[in-house]
Amino acid sequence: MNVLSVEHLTYTYSVGTPFEHIAVEDVSFDIEKGDFIGIIGHTGSGKSTLLQMLNGLLKPTKGIVKLYDNDIWEKPKEIRKIRFNIGLVFQYPEYQLFEETVYKDIAFGPTNMGLSEDKIKESVINAAKFVSLPLEYMDKSPFDLSGGEKRRAAIAGVVAMDPDILILDEPTAGLDPIGRDVLLSQICSYHKQRGNTVILVSHSMEDVARVCDKVLVMNKSKMIMFDTTKKVFSREDELNSIGLRVPQVTHITDKLIDNGIKLDKGILTVEEAVEQITERLKKEGKL
Amino acid sequence: MRDVTLGQFFPSKSIIHRVDPRVKILLLITFITLIFCTFNYFSLALVVLAVISIMLLSRVPIKMYLKSLKVIIIVVLITSAINLFSYPSDPVFQWWVIKISVEGINNAVFVAVRIISLILISSVLTFTTSPTDLTDALERLMKPLKVFHVKVHEIAMMMTIALRFVPTLLEETDKIMAAQKSRGADMESGNLITRIKALIPVLVPLFVSAFRRAYDLAVAMECRCYQGGSGRTRMKQLRISKRDVFSIITVCLIIVGVVLCNLLPHIR
Repeated sequence: MNVLSVEHLTYTYSVGTPFEHIAVEDVSFDIEKGDFIGIIGHTGSGKSTLLQMLNGLLKPTKGIVKLYDNDIWEKPKEIRKIRFNIGLVFQYPEYQLFEETVYKDIAFGPTNMGLSEDKIKESVINAAKFVSLPLEYMDKSPFDLSGGEKRRAAIAGVVAMDPDILILDEPTAGLDPIGRDVLLSQICSYHKQRGNTVILVSHSMEDVARVCDKVLVMNKSKMIMFDTTKKVFSREDELNSIGLRVPQVTHITDKLIDNGIKLDKGILTVEEAVEQITERLKKEGKL
Repeated sequence: MRDVTLGQFFPSKSIIHRVDPRVKILLLITFITLIFCTFNYFSLALVVLAVISIMLLSRVPIKMYLKSLKVIIIVVLITSAINLFSYPSDPVFQWWVIKISVEGINNAVFVAVRIISLILISSVLTFTTSPTDLTDALERLMKPLKVFHVKVHEIAMMMTIALRFVPTLLEETDKIMAAQKSRGADMESGNLITRIKALIPVLVPLFVSAFRRAYDLAVAMECRCYQGGSGRTRMKQLRISKRDVFSIITVCLIIVGVVLCNLLPHIR
């Protein structure tokens, strides 16, 4: 079943002025329930504009966004409800924290939804658990947390609304390697436990290869690929030509294949590569 | 929010753009005084003609000028209306309590034309001078105030920084608003008090980031050994050129013209 489908989406900034420019052009795709989708593309390829159209922050110049087969702009006055269903975590979300305590900040979304006091508390605590923020932090000021903790608190603020679709715009940007891994595995377990749809924008091909089922590639305001992660990353030359690359391990195994070593095309993680290579060596009796 | 045209630099290479900013500021002040020294329609027409020629010389699209007028049009209408109705003697038109005299009409026209010329000629300065040039020139012009221990350089630096950060903060506001909206913040409905309350989630992060930016900027400036105005040299030296002398002479000629026109018989 399609949770979200997008038809011929186009967005033009500053229509009718000399500064007019098309940020997203004629993009169409369908997303099924439970999909984990990665979006990759160069800076300025229209990713952020696309995301903002998905949750109704920007109204498409042309085309429609459908949530469960209903056009989200059918009733413009109820667009807020759509935003509760499609949670968008912006880049550097820690700069949106504003409340006196972490609890109140995470509760901002659920409160806007008009939930009861008990429900709010439940969702805040659940959200905090998902991003592993210790419960004793709840009464602290969000400005006293460390950078990584702030980021997690801000993500919890969106997760607390329990959206059907969670969109994250470069959630790991600017974090240290351990922080990245932790956050990424938290997002993964969130996806597994709730069975929700997750859309992840990232510049790290390794991250995308590790967690995403499908990848959407944007280039110069157009969608040029939308396929399974394996298929997308086996088109190395095309990706290189638009200034993107494949994960390092895929690059290495592709080179091995070119040199006559028989491996599967589109190996995405180091673990997978190790497995295949040892198998290969065993078959040849070298191990 | 992005449509703030009043005071926006429009880069080009016209003669007006290349005139020394100090000269431009001084000539602007002279010109504004001149606008208010027009006492009959001849001198007014001369000033309007001069304003239009300067606008055309600046090679900034007329659309931009019209945009900057849009903000002020209500003020113009109100002041002209007040002038129109406040000379009740010898009415040429009368209806209920409204009495309009020739003098009223004349005054209304004068006020409207003067305000519009004032805005247009000031826009020429802001459209053709980059903010850095502008503050640089102000700093030079205010130099004599140092005698009274006015920290001229510091004031100019603060102005430069403030101008520099206007677009940045606007962009930041847009971003924060979008982020809070996606958490369900409602900024478009409700009465005045709920609307003001709805701004808190935007203003707090905005202030926090403004302070952070200020701190970062201060550190960056110190790293480059910034220590205030004394002993600082400039990359761009301002020099009076032929072009500047030419523009000063032109304005002087306009002054003479206006004075001569003022001597012509009053037809108002």
